Amino acid sequence: MRNDYQNPSQETLLAMYERMLVIRETEEYLGAQFRAGELPAGVHLYIGQEASGVGICAHLSDEDWITSTHRGHGHFLAKGGDPYAMIAEIHAKADGVCGGFGGTMHVADLSRGILGANGIVGGGLGIATGAAFAAKLDGKGKVAACFFGDGAANQGTLMEAMNVASLWKLPLLLVCEHNGWSEFTRSEVATSGNILDRAQPFGIPAQEVDGNDVGAVWRVAGEMIEAMRNDGGPGLLLTHTYRTRGHVEAEINFLSQSYRSEEEVASWEARDPLDRAVALLAETGMATEEILVVRERVKTLIDAAAARAQAAPDPDPALVKSMMFSEVDAW
Amino acid sequence: MAKRRFIQAINDAMFEEMERDPRIILFGEDVEISMFGDTKGLRDHFGPDRVRDTPICEALLTGMAVGMAAAGWRPVLHMMFSNFMYTGFDAIANQMSKLHLMTGGQMKLPITVMAGFGGGRSTAAQHSDCPYPLFMNLGGINVAVPSNAGDAKGLFKTAVRSNDPAIFLEPGGRGGELGEVPDGEHLVSFGKAAIRREGRDVTIVAIGAMVKLADQAAKALAANGVEAEIIDPRTLVPLDEETILASIAKTRRLVIVDEARDRCSAASQIAAVAADRGFGLLKAPVKRVTVPNVCMPYAPVLERSVYPSSERIVSTVLALVSNQEAI
Repeated sequence: MRNDYQNPSQETLLAMYERMLVIRETEEYLGAQFRAGELPAGVHLYIGQEASGVGICAHLSDEDWITSTHRGHGHFLAKGGDPYAMIAEIHAKADGVCGGFGGTMHVADLSRGILGANGIVGGGLGIATGAAFAAKLDGKGKVAACFFGDGAANQGTLMEAMNVASLWKLPLLLVCEHNGWSEFTRSEVATSGNILDRAQPFGIPAQEVDGNDVGAVWRVAGEMIEAMRNDGGPGLLLTHTYRTRGHVEAEINFLSQSYRSEEEVASWEARDPLDRAVALLAETGMATEEILVVRERVKTLIDAAAARAQAAPDPDPALVKSMMFSEVDAW
Repeated sequence: MAKRRFIQAINDAMFEEMERDPRIILFGEDVEISMFGDTKGLRDHFGPDRVRDTPICEALLTGMAVGMAAAGWRPVLHMMFSNFMYTGFDAIANQMSKLHLMTGGQMKLPITVMAGFGGGRSTAAQHSDCPYPLFMNLGGINVAVPSNAGDAKGLFKTAVRSNDPAIFLEPGGRGGELGEVPDGEHLVSFGKAAIRREGRDVTIVAIGAMVKLADQAAKALAANGVEAEIIDPRTLVPLDEETILASIAKTRRLVIVDEARDRCSAASQIAAVAADRGFGLLKAPVKRVTVPNVCMPYAPVLERSVYPSSERIVSTVLALVSNQEAI
């Protein structure tokens, strides 16, 4: 039976809003920690793009796979990753989800199907295609979603991935989160044509959506993923969104001039995905007080996770040498 | 013992391992028709899900191997000629070799990437490379370079059974040589060098196809009263330093034969190990017989002028044992 993806239920909307809040609260905290000199490296914040990852991952289970980008905190949390384990990782602690070995650009949790954030732009394309092939071989209706940006859409491996995924009818959802910037280069300067059109020659269905509207993302992604689970082959989903923070929190320290106008940022802040989710919840009849309860709950959760992460022990340098191979002791 | 050609021994290993473990998937360019013969017959036997031709898109294929492995399968990726590994190098260098550490040990990557390599057949600069020094430097990838049919079978089996990525380099178009392959279950451990010939005067560490040249050289040297010991490392990562050092302790001289370009070659690394851990054992400088820092020219006469030969090994050894500065 086909699900009705016309409108998410109030319960679904609220769950997605809560997940978006988890991302926002976590990243506001991480940004502040970086500016206070408390993190060893800069962080690439997903703030402003939360609806894209959350609306899509709402349709995925732990059995499905995702690959993510250098801006990967949001995808990690959207896919059900543990905020404490991620915050501890970014604080470079032993309790981190990768034991302090990966850090902000490599958060991964295989038990939740999160194959990792990736510091190589477009690095997830091959991995997700391989995971989609694995999903097809498994034959259990699993899918792989590959999150990448409009910058990565200019890597040749996107064409290669579309070619293989279409030929082999792989359950691969290519999610291009179009935030208008390839690091510090405007998309218009870097990208010819419309990224959506790139799927057409491969016979891959492609859709675009307002990536700041979690309800709209949820609807379109739901249809595409359901088709995929029924042996429908790959799809390309273009979510139009914007990072209202910098490429990396450290950028103010090294950029000699600004690369975008305050008006541009403000125009997107006016379309903030969390505010819009609140408006959607209000349309369903949810009272403001009920929404505030969720906000408080999330704030308490993240505050506690952050305090615990700060107090966690450092990783043991003696482990480094043993971490390159899983079977190093075998020879 | 059975006499098998090198490439047949790999083919035997593939049949046996794919039969044993249904999660092994073979994919790559022309694996169905099998240019070298190593993957011959597998498609018919195991079907299209497990043996699959791919488009020519190495940059994606190496990444796919990572994704397949992370998702619970055991991919074997055939890249045909080792030069094509450069096209797929990003995912090898940035993903495959790093993800185990980056994920704090969560991601096991049982991947075997195989290709033919090396010169000597006028395949010219873009089909003759010897890229293992690059892989040795990555850190998270085992590197197997068998020198004979028996080891090819045993090392391949170890590679596909390992939960870590391995590069398996075979002599490609040079794979027709016959060799003894032990009957039954035959595994060769990684990191265990073989002593191919015992001798008292000089240690020759020879890698892959260079073992045959070293053997020819050793016979010629014996005629001159010089007894060479030949060590075949079999894997470069992990490298059996102890066997090499024990041999130097006996012979006190070391020559390394490697068909990589000289600069930062596997020979350079082995020489560094000898200088670091075996300095007091040596009574002569460590010498390397390698390809000079040029890419492989096409004309046979040009290729022969730079490719290692038994004559070069002999003259290098003779210069060492006569205590002259070697060539």
